[in-house]
Amino acid sequence: MVLISEILVQGLQMAAVLLLAPLLTGLVRKVKARLLRRRGPSVFQPYRDLLRLLRKEVVLAENASWLFRVTPYLIFATTWVAAALIPTFATGLLFSWTADLIAIIALLGSARFFLALAGMDIGTSFGGIGSSREMMIATLAEPAMLLSVFSLALLAGSTQLSTIATFMASTHVGLRVTLGMVLIALIIVALAENARIPVDNPATHLELTMVHEAMILEYSGRHLAMIELASWLKLLLYVSLIATVFAPWQIAVSGSGPVAYLIGFAAYLGKLAGSGFLLAVFETSIAKMRVFRVPQFLGMALMLGLLGTLLLFVSRSM
Amino acid sequence: MAVAANRSRAATPLIYGATLAVCVTAFLLALRYLLSEPVAAAVLTLPLGLPWIGAHLRLDALAAFFLIIVNLGSAMASIYGLGYGRHEKTPHRVLPFFPAFIAGMNLVVLADDAFTFLLSWEFMSITSWALVMAHHRDEGNRRAGYIYLVMASFGTLALLLAFGLLAGQSGNYEFSMIRTAHHTPLIVGLVLVLLLLGAGSKAGLVPLHVWLPLAHPAAPSHVSALMSGVMTKVAVYGFIRVVFDLLGEPMWWSSIVVLVLAGGTMVLGILSALFETDLKRLLAYSTIENIGIIFVSLGLALAFQADGMGWAAALALTAALFHALNHSIFKSLLFFGAGAVLTATGERDLDKLGGLIHRMPVTSFAFLVGCVAISALPPLNGFASEWLIFQAILQSPVVPQWGLKIMLPAVGGLLAFSAALVAACFVRAFGTAFLGRPRTPAAERAREVDRYSLAAMLGLVALCVLTGILPGLVIDGVSPVTQALLGARMPAQTGIPWFSIVPIAQGRSSYNGLLVLLFIASSASLAAFVIHRLASRAVRRGLPWGCGLPGLTSAMQYTPGSFAQPLRRVFGTVTFRARERVEMPRPGDMRPARLTVEMRDLIWDGLYAPIVAIIGFAADHLNRLQFLTIRRYLSLVFLSLVTLLLVLTLWS
Repeated sequence: MVLISEILVQGLQMAAVLLLAPLLTGLVRKVKARLLRRRGPSVFQPYRDLLRLLRKEVVLAENASWLFRVTPYLIFATTWVAAALIPTFATGLLFSWTADLIAIIALLGSARFFLALAGMDIGTSFGGIGSSREMMIATLAEPAMLLSVFSLALLAGSTQLSTIATFMASTHVGLRVTLGMVLIALIIVALAENARIPVDNPATHLELTMVHEAMILEYSGRHLAMIELASWLKLLLYVSLIATVFAPWQIAVSGSGPVAYLIGFAAYLGKLAGSGFLLAVFETSIAKMRVFRVPQFLGMALMLGLLGTLLLFVSRSM
Repeated sequence: MAVAANRSRAATPLIYGATLAVCVTAFLLALRYLLSEPVAAAVLTLPLGLPWIGAHLRLDALAAFFLIIVNLGSAMASIYGLGYGRHEKTPHRVLPFFPAFIAGMNLVVLADDAFTFLLSWEFMSITSWALVMAHHRDEGNRRAGYIYLVMASFGTLALLLAFGLLAGQSGNYEFSMIRTAHHTPLIVGLVLVLLLLGAGSKAGLVPLHVWLPLAHPAAPSHVSALMSGVMTKVAVYGFIRVVFDLLGEPMWWSSIVVLVLAGGTMVLGILSALFETDLKRLLAYSTIENIGIIFVSLGLALAFQADGMGWAAALALTAALFHALNHSIFKSLLFFGAGAVLTATGERDLDKLGGLIHRMPVTSFAFLVGCVAISALPPLNGFASEWLIFQAILQSPVVPQWGLKIMLPAVGGLLAFSAALVAACFVRAFGTAFLGRPRTPAAERAREVDRYSLAAMLGLVALCVLTGILPGLVIDGVSPVTQALLGARMPAQTGIPWFSIVPIAQGRSSYNGLLVLLFIASSASLAAFVIHRLASRAVRRGLPWGCGLPGLTSAMQYTPGSFAQPLRRVFGTVTFRARERVEMPRPGDMRPARLTVEMRDLIWDGLYAPIVAIIGFAADHLNRLQFLTIRRYLSLVFLSLVTLLLVLTLWS
């Protein structure tokens, strides 16, 4: 019985992240447009974009290699697997033991690795500039992320995300300075990893400022659709991760009844909407940074992660 | 094992074939020994060496594990050499030393007394020096050989002193006697420092690494693979043998020394690799980084062992050994790939390559797998071992010492930082060598290499994947080693369903490479299938986007230098004093604009240049002693005799 429910939850989860990802991006775009006093496209526009891209033919550059054609599927698959392993509305996913939080971060690292390679495949300056900057940002974002994970893992005694979520949902956790620091660090990393303002602008096509868009400039048709979907999934993944860890309210624990799952799902939708709204407000209220300010911004996240861990030791020993 | 070679054509396949056969046999024997749950070590005493000791050889679990690494790498290098060796212009400079080098490494691992150990160690150094000097007409290679020789002698000197201290006044050079003897803390500390100098210089610990990026690339590529992938592991073996086996209980501060050195090695190694444009030298720098990772893990094991936490020490030591095995696999693979590129194009400068993925599809696939593995990305093997190291670092709260407690998360941060830098480094290496458009006619004319080389590379690719998805088997294979050295082992992994690995307990952390690989493969093929079936599968070839300008040339793409520029600006200004100078001619002036980048090696400038200067100064001034009269020489001899006698009387 437990097994069946776990299979069901895992399957539902995989479908849910895939279906909700475009909606979240659509929502962020809509709110941003409203804040700029534009009407903006419908929240369902990303689905339409996706279908349109899927139906179009692919225009490949003359010297594109097999790697360029395989990469979109690889990126999509790794991101989807990573997103499916994050508890969204229920903990106790069937496959949560296949990869812990460190492995999930590394999976996203694999996706980035291949995307950066694809950016260099055609041999234009755009792809190169995007790949080079993306890897520069990653060299700071990844350790910041891992240090935050360290703090969480030391606190919960596990790197297993389901265990961390259950621990955070329990009443043992008080208000901790470490958690605040980790939250800020994670938000900074999430902004950088998802190519949001102030690190990168998802709406720009100005070569001086592009990072993510520069890497995927040569992609079209179904390949572009896969990459877009993967990047929406990644945004959803980070939002879910932060929500599971810092706002685990009403998340259904494994083995609870169907009502708990329904409440959990509704709460998850609410959390997504809330974070999407906050993201849009944040993005409209801040300007994009120069590329060489980004290391300082991310260095702050790195320091916060490290300080959070150290503070944990200090507060423990008291 | 050493076979005398002649200049005939048949010598190349003969020698590599014989080496292959011997290595495969040795590999299988060691593997059988390790898997048969060894209890007693096999000991062999030969009447060679010093008359009152003889040569002691001993095979225990630790030696068997490193024999596996040595012979696996050597067997692969022999297969590769069957094809690669045919392009060698002076085979008589490589062939005699190749088997001798392998024999030397095997003997170091098997040695059971200090004399045999040092003799084999020196034999290994000399034969590898001869291989470095195979192409001695190149000025750079001669310099590399010279620096290597100096550093190798220095390392052996340090080891000699270390063993002298261990043997004590009674002069027990057998390892079995050293193991049972009691060592004072002063001796333990001195031996540790001397070992870090001796084994560390061979392994490439910063700041003793200067010879490594010069010497490893200078040798023929399969020998580079052996030196980088295997010989550094023999140095790691020497460190483990003495520190974990012979020295007895470690002190907790010794782990701090190791961790500090290892952390610096990691970051400096990979930063140097990041700004390097010579493909083989880049790989050599990355070896330094990996040695740093292994020593980080060894430092963790030392810390945990000193505090009596056997299970955590077993976890850290297992991670170190696992990473040593993994590094020997993927570094050999990458050096083979670099050798293939060198054969096909005659170039190893990244600035002159590009677009090889179209002309060397198999090589580029193998090299890509190596890049993914070394960048510690799941589901390949590099990730599995680094994941174990992270799990070991997460045990830091149980360490009682405050210094270590604060240090371990910082080391974890450094490890994550260097892992991200490795990814950047190998995106750059693969992206500029294999992707994009060819930058020179040589790269344009490249052809796929011979079948032996490809077979060796594909074999290593298979090993990368296998050890990546079945890490539990390796962990269980290593457990006799940790059992023998630490008296503890990690929980058995083979019984866990689906080949997961669970280092401590279920619910704390687990990882399953096999399922991750299956999930990625199935969802990628599902997506591709659905899209090709239900949506469009049309493809049109067109020009790449050039902002509307026709005729993009290969000079307009990103170069290795431009790829590294943001990273150089962020990290290089401090660590390498990187300076950029732009020379922009005035409008109307026909001179080209120039961008010069200046970088300094601070370790060479700060440590080695002063030593070289002091030696030069002393040599200049002592030079006068060569031109004395016979009377003065006699008086000098007399004076030194008197001084020595005086010292002797005063000493006792």
